[in-house]
Amino acid sequence: MKGIGASPGIAIGRVLIKNEQKVEIVKKAIDNPQDEIKKLTEAREIAKQQVKKLHQLALKNMGEEEANIFEAHMMIIDDPEFFSQVEDKVSSDNVNVDWALKQVSDFFIDMFANMDNEYMRERAADIKDITGRIMKILLGIEITDFTNLEEEVIIVARDLTPSDTASMDKNKVIGFVTEIGGRTSHSAIMARTLEIPAVVGLDGILSQVKNGDSIVFDGDKGEVHVNPSQDIVDEAKATKEEYDKFQKMLRELVGKPSVSKDGVRVELAGNIGTPNDLEGVIRNDAEGIGLYRTEFLYMDREKLPTEDEQFEAYKAVLEGLNGKPVVIRTLDIGGDKKLSYMEMPEEMNPFLGYRAIRLCLDKVGIFKTQLRALFRASVHGNLRIMFPMISSIEELRKAKAIVEEVKDELRKEGIKYSDSVQIGMMIEIPATAILSDMFAKEVDFFSIGTNDLIQYTTAVDRMNQKISHLYNQFHPALLRLIKMTIENGHKEGIWVGMCGEVAGDPKLIPILLGFGLDEFSMSPISILKARHIIKNISKEEMKEHAQKVVMLPTAEDVKKYIDENIK
Amino acid sequence: MFKLDAVLKNETGLHARPASMFTKEASKYEADVKVIKEGKEYNAKSIMGILSMGAMKGDVITIVADGKNEKEAVEALKKLVDDNFGE
Repeated sequence: MKGIGASPGIAIGRVLIKNEQKVEIVKKAIDNPQDEIKKLTEAREIAKQQVKKLHQLALKNMGEEEANIFEAHMMIIDDPEFFSQVEDKVSSDNVNVDWALKQVSDFFIDMFANMDNEYMRERAADIKDITGRIMKILLGIEITDFTNLEEEVIIVARDLTPSDTASMDKNKVIGFVTEIGGRTSHSAIMARTLEIPAVVGLDGILSQVKNGDSIVFDGDKGEVHVNPSQDIVDEAKATKEEYDKFQKMLRELVGKPSVSKDGVRVELAGNIGTPNDLEGVIRNDAEGIGLYRTEFLYMDREKLPTEDEQFEAYKAVLEGLNGKPVVIRTLDIGGDKKLSYMEMPEEMNPFLGYRAIRLCLDKVGIFKTQLRALFRASVHGNLRIMFPMISSIEELRKAKAIVEEVKDELRKEGIKYSDSVQIGMMIEIPATAILSDMFAKEVDFFSIGTNDLIQYTTAVDRMNQKISHLYNQFHPALLRLIKMTIENGHKEGIWVGMCGEVAGDPKLIPILLGFGLDEFSMSPISILKARHIIKNISKEEMKEHAQKVVMLPTAEDVKKYIDENIK
Repeated sequence: MFKLDAVLKNETGLHARPASMFTKEASKYEADVKVIKEGKEYNAKSIMGILSMGAMKGDVITIVADGKNEKEAVEALKKLVDDNFGE
């Protein structure tokens, strides 16, 4: 069977099914409402003790951010309004307390689930989790407890709640498979945080397994085998051993420099979207942040973020990196990313339209607010600012002039900012790669954004499924533009990084090292693997290979050359 | 009974953190505390009640308390709103 690979690793073990006993709630007439209400009070007290325990576990295993969920659960258990409604129902209608609880919780869950604010919709899941817990206590249904497992198990469930994942003992739960969910569902994200292999979205798995069945799965590919043959088990064991060995070796690279065999040092940095991603950056030992996408600060809300809100976010990231360089990209909105509260016209070609720096230079107020917040935060770390989607020297000069205005303003207001903020630009439009010798005289650094550079170089809309086969990171034209950009940057003495997908591609890392790329920025989870690759190659050798690949005519030839000649 | 009107000026209105601060503060008092928005009453000691109000920036709410220390309760809650919940 095949589901969605949600968290990498191979799991081999026995099935433990999460108790999904159907909760049957029937309306009953009762004689003594006081007894029912007393039952509810007792159940709330028990639930409170359980949640307290979960809160402690979550604090220990996952950190404060995740543990906060349980504080919210606590407030719901204590909620006077919610439970007085349940009690009123019991005494006025003379009904059983579980029925009353169901009526009231369904009402609130519906109400929250239908709000148009994402935060509120999430609260519906919390109410469901907590009322489900109280309901089970009332009905005497055993709650599957993952905290005191005696042996290693693989949990199979319809879905997992925050309470489930928080209570998992990483040493006993060696994997889990769920029927619903996608790569970004709560359980998938938790599995990756806990580093437990997982497959999600495998419809029908519950009807195929019973407790104690043996099960093998690959959390990368999403392949699941129930009661597998010995061959499959042996094969999985071998893969697991290799995987575990490789992971252990990668963990040993934490704290080591990113240096090639011939002693060339590069910087391996992480791409992030919110200050919450800092944990992954630190755990994977990034040497900096090469791309902080600030647009998430502007999305999923009702109005523009204030200068103070932005300042707090930038400060958190700069402080979190403790002096290591942080490249923050100014607002990159438009194209496929829209803001609900800002009127943006429908466009025929959004990727060639009103977006990124074009929008910022038009709506200067928005741009200035962001720059003010950035410079105010600059005293808290090692800040570098870059502009997205620059296509001409005039645009770059305009953006830099606004930076100077903002610095002037701050100076006049007596607000401190750092004097050593580097100003750079993204190279993601062929025009800037071609003119990179000129641009290099006006900035402190380049960061190559390959996702858009491929799109614009090959004239392939990367959202268009029909032509996705034409979007290819091995395209020789792309490699030539990258090589040219790096050389032109170095001629003017500036450093050149890359923050697009290509920077973390194991096949292309050697070629990029051969071109002389100084900084590679990727999703934090790829960093240690990249360090491993760099450690095992020499720049001089890769330089020769890199010279050869740019002389090949097709992407297929490039890929074949790399496969055959590099390790 | 004591009551005061307050205007929400903080960015997020009575969502999330402000709502829980508001509930916690209200719960410190013995008095019955309610919030009225557009003629509807909500229990100020209930996080679910406060959240379900869906109060946003610019909304006017009336804080009403009845019972022991009613004046202090209303004034403390009004101050919380006026200080933008420390935002």
